[in-house]
Amino acid sequence: MPLPWLLVLLPWAGAAVLAFLPRERVAALTNCGISALSFLLALALLAAPQGVTGWTRLDALNLPLLLLAFLIGLTTAIYSLGAIAAEGLDPRRLRAFHVAFQLFMGAQALALLADNLGVMWVAIEVATLASVLMVGLHGTPAAIEAAWKFFILCGVGIALALLGTIILHLAAQPVIGAGEGLSWAALRAVAARCDPGVLNLAFVFLLVGYGTKAGLVPLHSWLPDAEAEGPVAISAVLSGLLLNAAMLAVLRAKAIVGAHPETVPPGALLLAFGLASVLVAAFALWRRRDARRFFAWSSILHMGLAATGFGLGGAAGNLAGLLHMLGHSLAKSAVFFGIGAAVRLRGSQRIADLGGLCIAAPALGWALAIGIAAVAGLPPFALFASEYLLVTEAAARHPWAILPLGLGLLAAVAAKVRVLQALCLGDPPTGPAAGPADWTSLGPIWAHLVLALLLGVALPGPLRALLGEAAGVAG
Amino acid sequence: MGFGQLPYDVAHLLGGGMLLLSFMLLYQRRVAAVVSVLAAQGAVLALAAAWQGWVQGAPQLYLTALVAAVAKAGFIPLALHWMIRRLALARGVDAALGIGPSLIAGVALVALAVAVALPITTGAQALAREDLAIALSVVLLGMLMMITRRNAILQVVGLMSLENGLVLAAIGVAGMPLVVELSTAALVMLVLVVAGVFVFQMRERLDSLDIALLHPHRGEGE
Repeated sequence: MPLPWLLVLLPWAGAAVLAFLPRERVAALTNCGISALSFLLALALLAAPQGVTGWTRLDALNLPLLLLAFLIGLTTAIYSLGAIAAEGLDPRRLRAFHVAFQLFMGAQALALLADNLGVMWVAIEVATLASVLMVGLHGTPAAIEAAWKFFILCGVGIALALLGTIILHLAAQPVIGAGEGLSWAALRAVAARCDPGVLNLAFVFLLVGYGTKAGLVPLHSWLPDAEAEGPVAISAVLSGLLLNAAMLAVLRAKAIVGAHPETVPPGALLLAFGLASVLVAAFALWRRRDARRFFAWSSILHMGLAATGFGLGGAAGNLAGLLHMLGHSLAKSAVFFGIGAAVRLRGSQRIADLGGLCIAAPALGWALAIGIAAVAGLPPFALFASEYLLVTEAAARHPWAILPLGLGLLAAVAAKVRVLQALCLGDPPTGPAAGPADWTSLGPIWAHLVLALLLGVALPGPLRALLGEAAGVAG
Repeated sequence: MGFGQLPYDVAHLLGGGMLLLSFMLLYQRRVAAVVSVLAAQGAVLALAAAWQGWVQGAPQLYLTALVAAVAKAGFIPLALHWMIRRLALARGVDAALGIGPSLIAGVALVALAVAVALPITTGAQALAREDLAIALSVVLLGMLMMITRRNAILQVVGLMSLENGLVLAAIGVAGMPLVVELSTAALVMLVLVVAGVFVFQMRERLDSLDIALLHPHRGEGE
């Protein structure tokens, strides 16, 4: 069996096993084991031949995202080893959580690997269903509201994406061979001979549909609620993985439609959605009082920045977007781990109740402070490098874009520095005494931060070559 | 293929029937009636899929037709009717936008769909073009229903009607691979939405499915 298929089937087989494991501790450890094995398999992909195998493909664009996905899958599993007991779930829900987590990981792998756009759509749908289950897991009215909104908005989004896929096939139908009507490689090859009008229509639906899942304005409003409810581990994988898979789907669509010289340039649409997301999120950040919602809005901002990069296009723009996605996933899941540990200590996720962490729990407080600095795009982390690349590229290509982009970036950095001060510095509020955070929280945070630092200051040569090649694939 | 030829005319008739039923969804005032109209739309969709299967000589479309007939014209509407009775849900339609304005907005959306779909598809076959325009209209009307109705079951009905439009688009494109798989996957999502409504309802004992009840729990609360 080809390695990419194994990467999809292993987590799903794991989900089946986890469905029959009643003991909590055993299930959590098994979950870690499956995640570690999947990560090793993902590493083995580095040596695997690139190209199309059946419905899947492996290329420079999805390889870094796959490695990242399974790395975050592993650290999230380790994090939930210590954290999930504190969520107060009954055994049945705990089992549902583990099953849904591995189901999500398999679907995520398939969504990233898919060459067939229909398969990609099904994979993203399965990933959505699994994450809805995890978001609504607590069963409180707030969790149900979040899950319902997630379900309905993403249901519409995913339906529009399917319509876009159908229209894409309609565009290619006169010129494409039988049986390969939904293959990305085949569609891209014939795109130049398709009708540009139909391609435009398809791209609009694909962008709005998958853009909903990627958290782009104006259909972003499910994201803050979804990330604020459910176990903290979910916030990490939603921000780190699901958004990336949806963004990759947008990129695949952009590469097909952009291959026709007479279509409306798909980059321009992506740029508009990206800048709108940056502006809306940057100002929404100022009004948040809930820590998890704050960082969910920050995800909307960062996906907007990545979309802006891909919208600018070209080697530098795509590289900035890709680096931004990688850096954001690493830094944001580290912050969610830290917030989760802090919420466990204090029993509240309001920013005002979490203050003074550096005094109350120094190890956690400083890790979180550095994590927030990384998310804010302060040097020397990866997001600073990608934002710098993005701004210089925008200045060179579309000077007018500097104004909204700079405004959004400044407002967002200021909001994040303010939250950093509120959460980590200052005096802790009187209340329940804080205990030290254990290694299952701190280990994943530091692992992510070190990687985000490496990505920012010293991109290793092979990775740089891979990302450069990926920037070419993204078109 | 064009007007006056049987394959085209029947496909057109069935597509038009679905569009008509989409409008009927918009002007019903009782939830039970909305569900019945949805069942009728599912039945017409099944007929349309079977007809396309015969015209295109694509036997897998019979499977799509069968799935649509069993699930969309039978199982899901029955489950919804049962839930409405069993859970004693509000029987009236609670609309954010009145019936009249909804219908006017619906007509405008159909005009939009036709204006968008027809000019750009001049290269495609007539059947695929008209089919796309109709399917796009059904999709937009489904979205309109989701936006303008406050009741959770009606939002689900809107999503299902939207999905009917998708399947109509998919079966109209000759040679589309994976139609059966895609339509089934979309259906699984809908069944889970319906199940979700039911499970949440039973577990939380909310008095009605008006999602306004959930709104105090929305966002950050006060």
